[in-house]
Amino acid sequence: MNSNYSRFTQQELPAWQPILTPRWVITIFTLIALVFIPVGLAAFSASQRVVEVEYEYDTECIPDSYKDNATAYIKDDNTNKTCTQKLSIKSKMQAPIFVYYQLDNFYQNHRRYVKSRSDEQLRTKDKENDVSSCSPEDYVTINNKSEPIVPCGLIAWSLFNDTYKIQNKDKEVVINKTNIAWASDRTTKFGSDVYPKNFQASGLIGGAKLDPTKPLSEQEDLIVWMRTAALPKFRKLYGKIETDLEANDEIVVVIENNYNTYEFGGKKSLVLSTATWIGGRNNFLGIAYVVIGSMSLLLALGFLLLYILKPRPLGDPTYLSWNKNPGGLR
Amino acid sequence: MRGRRRMRKIRLSKIYSFALCGKGTLEGEHSQIGGQGFSRVVFCNEEGVMQNYSDNSVRSTKYTAVSFLPKSLFEQFRRVANFYFLVIGVLAMTKLAPYTAVSAIVPLCVIVGATMIKEGIEDWRRKTQDIEVNNRKVKVHKGDGVFEYTEWKNLRVGNIVKVEKDNFFPADLLLLSSSYEDAVCYVETMNLDGETNLKLKQGLDVTSSLQDDSNFRDFKAVVKCEDPNANLYSFIGSLEFEEQKYPLSPQQLLLRDSKLRNTDYVFGAIIFTGHDTKVIQNSTDPPSKRSKIERKMDRIIYFLFCLLFLIAFVGSILFGIATKDELDNGVMKRWYLRPDDSTIFFDPKRVASAAIFHFLTALMLYGFFIPISLYFSIELVKVLQSIFINQDVHMYYEEADKPAHARTSNLNEELGQVDTILSDKTGTLTCNSMEFIKCSIAGVAYGQGVTEVEQAMDRKIGSPLTHEQVYGTESESDENRKSSDRKTRIKGFNFTDERIMNGNWVNEPHADVIQKFFRVLAICHTAIPEVDEDTGNVSYEAESPDEAAFVISAKEIGFEFFKRTQTSLSVNEWDPVSGNKVERMYQLLNVLEFNSSRKRMSVIVKDEEGRISLLCKGADSVMFERLALNGREFEDKTLEHVQQYADAGLRTLILAYRELDENEYKEFNNAFYEAKNSVTADQETLIEEVSNKIERNLILLGATAVEDKLQNGVPDCIEKLARAGIKIWVLTGDKMETAINIGFSCCLLRQGMRQIIIHLDAPEIQALEKGGDKMAISKASRESVLRQISEAALQLTASRGASQQAFALIIDGKSLAYALDDSMKNLFLELAIRCASVICCRSSPKQKALVTKLVKSGTRKTTLAIGDGANDVGMLQEADIGIGISGFEGMQAVMSSDIAIAQFWYLERLLLVHGHWCYRRMSSMICYFFYKNITFGFTLFLYEVYASFSGEPAYNDWFLSLYSILFSSLPVIALGVFDQDVSASFLNYTNKECKMSSSAGAGSSAGCSTDSLVRQWFSSFA
Repeated sequence: MNSNYSRFTQQELPAWQPILTPRWVITIFTLIALVFIPVGLAAFSASQRVVEVEYEYDTECIPDSYKDNATAYIKDDNTNKTCTQKLSIKSKMQAPIFVYYQLDNFYQNHRRYVKSRSDEQLRTKDKENDVSSCSPEDYVTINNKSEPIVPCGLIAWSLFNDTYKIQNKDKEVVINKTNIAWASDRTTKFGSDVYPKNFQASGLIGGAKLDPTKPLSEQEDLIVWMRTAALPKFRKLYGKIETDLEANDEIVVVIENNYNTYEFGGKKSLVLSTATWIGGRNNFLGIAYVVIGSMSLLLALGFLLLYILKPRPLGDPTYLSWNKNPGGLR
Repeated sequence: MRGRRRMRKIRLSKIYSFALCGKGTLEGEHSQIGGQGFSRVVFCNEEGVMQNYSDNSVRSTKYTAVSFLPKSLFEQFRRVANFYFLVIGVLAMTKLAPYTAVSAIVPLCVIVGATMIKEGIEDWRRKTQDIEVNNRKVKVHKGDGVFEYTEWKNLRVGNIVKVEKDNFFPADLLLLSSSYEDAVCYVETMNLDGETNLKLKQGLDVTSSLQDDSNFRDFKAVVKCEDPNANLYSFIGSLEFEEQKYPLSPQQLLLRDSKLRNTDYVFGAIIFTGHDTKVIQNSTDPPSKRSKIERKMDRIIYFLFCLLFLIAFVGSILFGIATKDELDNGVMKRWYLRPDDSTIFFDPKRVASAAIFHFLTALMLYGFFIPISLYFSIELVKVLQSIFINQDVHMYYEEADKPAHARTSNLNEELGQVDTILSDKTGTLTCNSMEFIKCSIAGVAYGQGVTEVEQAMDRKIGSPLTHEQVYGTESESDENRKSSDRKTRIKGFNFTDERIMNGNWVNEPHADVIQKFFRVLAICHTAIPEVDEDTGNVSYEAESPDEAAFVISAKEIGFEFFKRTQTSLSVNEWDPVSGNKVERMYQLLNVLEFNSSRKRMSVIVKDEEGRISLLCKGADSVMFERLALNGREFEDKTLEHVQQYADAGLRTLILAYRELDENEYKEFNNAFYEAKNSVTADQETLIEEVSNKIERNLILLGATAVEDKLQNGVPDCIEKLARAGIKIWVLTGDKMETAINIGFSCCLLRQGMRQIIIHLDAPEIQALEKGGDKMAISKASRESVLRQISEAALQLTASRGASQQAFALIIDGKSLAYALDDSMKNLFLELAIRCASVICCRSSPKQKALVTKLVKSGTRKTTLAIGDGANDVGMLQEADIGIGISGFEGMQAVMSSDIAIAQFWYLERLLLVHGHWCYRRMSSMICYFFYKNITFGFTLFLYEVYASFSGEPAYNDWFLSLYSILFSSLPVIALGVFDQDVSASFLNYTNKECKMSSSAGAGSSAGCSTDSLVRQWFSSFA
């Protein structure tokens, strides 16, 4: 028994329990302020350095004649969907410039939508009949024969199909569309021997069509789209511009406005953005840090004043609840 | 060996005048035989006769191999949360599930499997115990007078068994004969009632001659008796033997689990086997105990279920609205969801059913409100906590190599919540050994020993500073305790006084009185000496430990009693004249035995000079009035000393003697003989009257003081527990006087406390008892008890305003039986709660359990029962927490306890330190658990707002299921196992302070014994 005596088994390990004396509290709050405020300021300034151009084009790209009936316009295959808009760059954007499309009120996180895909089918050629989770976009009837759709499911079926072309000073700016998807998705989740088949072949056409000669692992727009967004407002990477854009540049954006966001009241935007060490523009983090830091600083100052102006001895038992109210219950 | 055995072949029954005289008649109770409840017929020694009674194997396990799986699964899924997760697991297989089925089922399997494995291991331990007991061997008659060993489990009702010395009886036996001619035998009932003194049993005269194996070749008898029941102290039956009917009483019944002592062998016929035996009838099924926290937790879980249903309901309604919106007159809104070609779960055309299905989905999704691993984590934490309890060196009893042992880990945190402790006395508070410590002879007090109570009092008087030091430096006081233990001494003798020891008494002024005093001690008893033939040492087998203490101390002083025959006692005496040891023989004429109404015992002896004297010892209440006018020389002084001894918690007896002349004795003897041989029902009264006449005109010699040795640190521990606001009740099988004495010595009773004594010894009830009319007795008794209780309650109320006097309630077993009646028990409980201490004496095991139950259900507070004997088993099982003292004998209590400790005073550390820690840890852990799961669950719900309530989880499947059981459980478990809010050394002091403040009327105080955080939390739900 005594042989396995140890301070651990006897629960006698050295322990330290902080007693929150005024000095300690003031010191800790001051330290928090000293750390948080600079971090917050740094994050905020980094976020501010991001140059971001956001351009919502869903209403502007509807011709005046269709203003009242945008759905008819977008659903009609014969209308001219090309839409040219001008954007001015306020300050210099350094390469790489990320080009995003941003959708709003689009529920990529709806359970029916999220589940409507077949990872097996996307990965392996042999599993092209594995479409049980894809209904109703699972089979297509061709010559009275049921053929599986590759890639099946609602997600792939509703692939975003607007396209952008950007010209700067009448010169085409190249939008690099390679390496916009996660490398792991390309190498493992989407098969290099799986080719689109029967995709958007009949019935209701959802979104973009795919080049049946390119394996899925090279269909980067699809891969990006298939990684469903968590919130109804989301950005997805469209491509990267690898040249700088100077301040006061007027760029021309040629948009093929194909995607039907009008039916469900969604919005579409084009976003050009640079990135810093905290990523894209996000002021929240910096502000949160600064707010917490300044609250700590205020508390520290307040306590300091109290401590100097109206000190009281520690551990004074007269402040205990039962001493404050003698004889009374509670 | 042989010689000794022969020498000991004496008719021991002769020295008992009272104990064995109560032979039953065939009238009265025995007329019920054959009627309802008395239907058992046992054909002894007849192999052929088929008897439909159960066999002698016992089973204490919860499960059998077959029933384990269904039964333990059932147990598991009786928990709401587990059942919920089972339903979820099944639902997860359908398309409703927001996540994959495996991720829902695996955690459930892990949790249930782990708990079942734990259950299985625990039951396996019980199983091995059973196997050991069932396979013990005993000699059984196989026919033709041949006895062979067989396993206990093979015994059948009616078998004749031969039990040898120091063995346990395998079943309830009818004593037929023993190695003594008159079929007496001694049994030790340690396992039944915790008392180590020997009890005498005697078989019927008709069978007493069956002393050889061969006698049983043609033995045939039929026993008709009562059906199996739990009453240890009653037995009604009759024996038909050689065409005669003889009545049977408890005196002939040897109970299973008691032990044959001092008797070489006995023959017995098996009456009750296995589960029919009285001991096992007395044991109730081990109830599965759950701690209060767990029950409260259940309430919170129900609350969370409500929350869950509410949220799921809200979610499904909103989902229904969102879904209905999808199709607007056949036009799709969110076309990418294809609402025109949907499944039932999302179909805008069938919104109602979609919403109902979604409700089920939501139940699964928000299931994270219910912490699946909570039960398991709690169990794990409790096991780890009990490992800490088991390893605590402060609760390790080095001498017996016994650490504390938490047998069921369910109740750790309950230890910090104890409100009432119900304690056994013998073996728990006391070591059940008496020590002769002081005496007053001829008005002079001898003996310098210090009793535990005096030590405790000294400490109380001592300055507060030293007091605190005692609390603070525990290791130091441990040392003291240990060192006082190590002192080698003679058992039963703790007397030091140079004036008397080593023959110095000869020089004392009243040497002749001293001589007579110790002679009384050496002669006036019923003990039997046992001489070790190699060393010449004498040891004694006495009926009670006090008696042994007297004989031993007489021996130590120089009056060595060494031989008893049927008619004489031999004593080696120190002769003051020659200065040598001289052997003196006293002819034993009569023994007037001790019983509780007489409260005294006398022997009449004739010494070698032919003088006849009556030597008497008895309680002060009966002795002083019997003194002769010329025998009161030392009365005042002695009285004063007796008072002092009583204050010091000692048991006192007054010693006196009287010389008788020949004629007087003859007259007495004739009357006595006549009375003894009378066959009328009032034989006992007659004997008493005769004895009464002779035990008068006594000459006072002095008083003895015997310490019923308390276990180490008992008064101190009781005091600390009392200061922590814990009430202590003592439930004992002992006599009332003894119980009161112990009450004083362990600080439960104090001088100045008003004692309320409820008993049924009133003359009118005793008169009724002689009449034998059962209805009348019970009616009168009930009324008497009710009257006493209500009077006491009135007294209490009356004194409440006037003085701060504390009351103590003392109640005896008989009254308790009525007080525990449904009609009266609430009154009784109310009275008992208002008293500072409660002592129940003469209580049977069943009564102990009933009292425990009453306190538990009546006060709704946590009760803790502590005991060491099999008689405490019921109580231990009934209480919220049962603590077994792992003493030297009798494992029954330990086997049925929840936590076993080696010494009573470890209770202090167990409750105040471990109890506090465990309770705090457990409560913060549970709060932490709910906190983390509720936050997690809410994030899921809030996310649904952004996912149009479609039921898509915010997190990945495996992250979801592992969050509870893996990712977030370790820090919580660490908190539950290691957290200490206050260090151990401060806890005693703190708890005292807390409770003191609360007794001052402050109510609960934050950070004290109960965790304020949890209180707030729980009170907001409960």
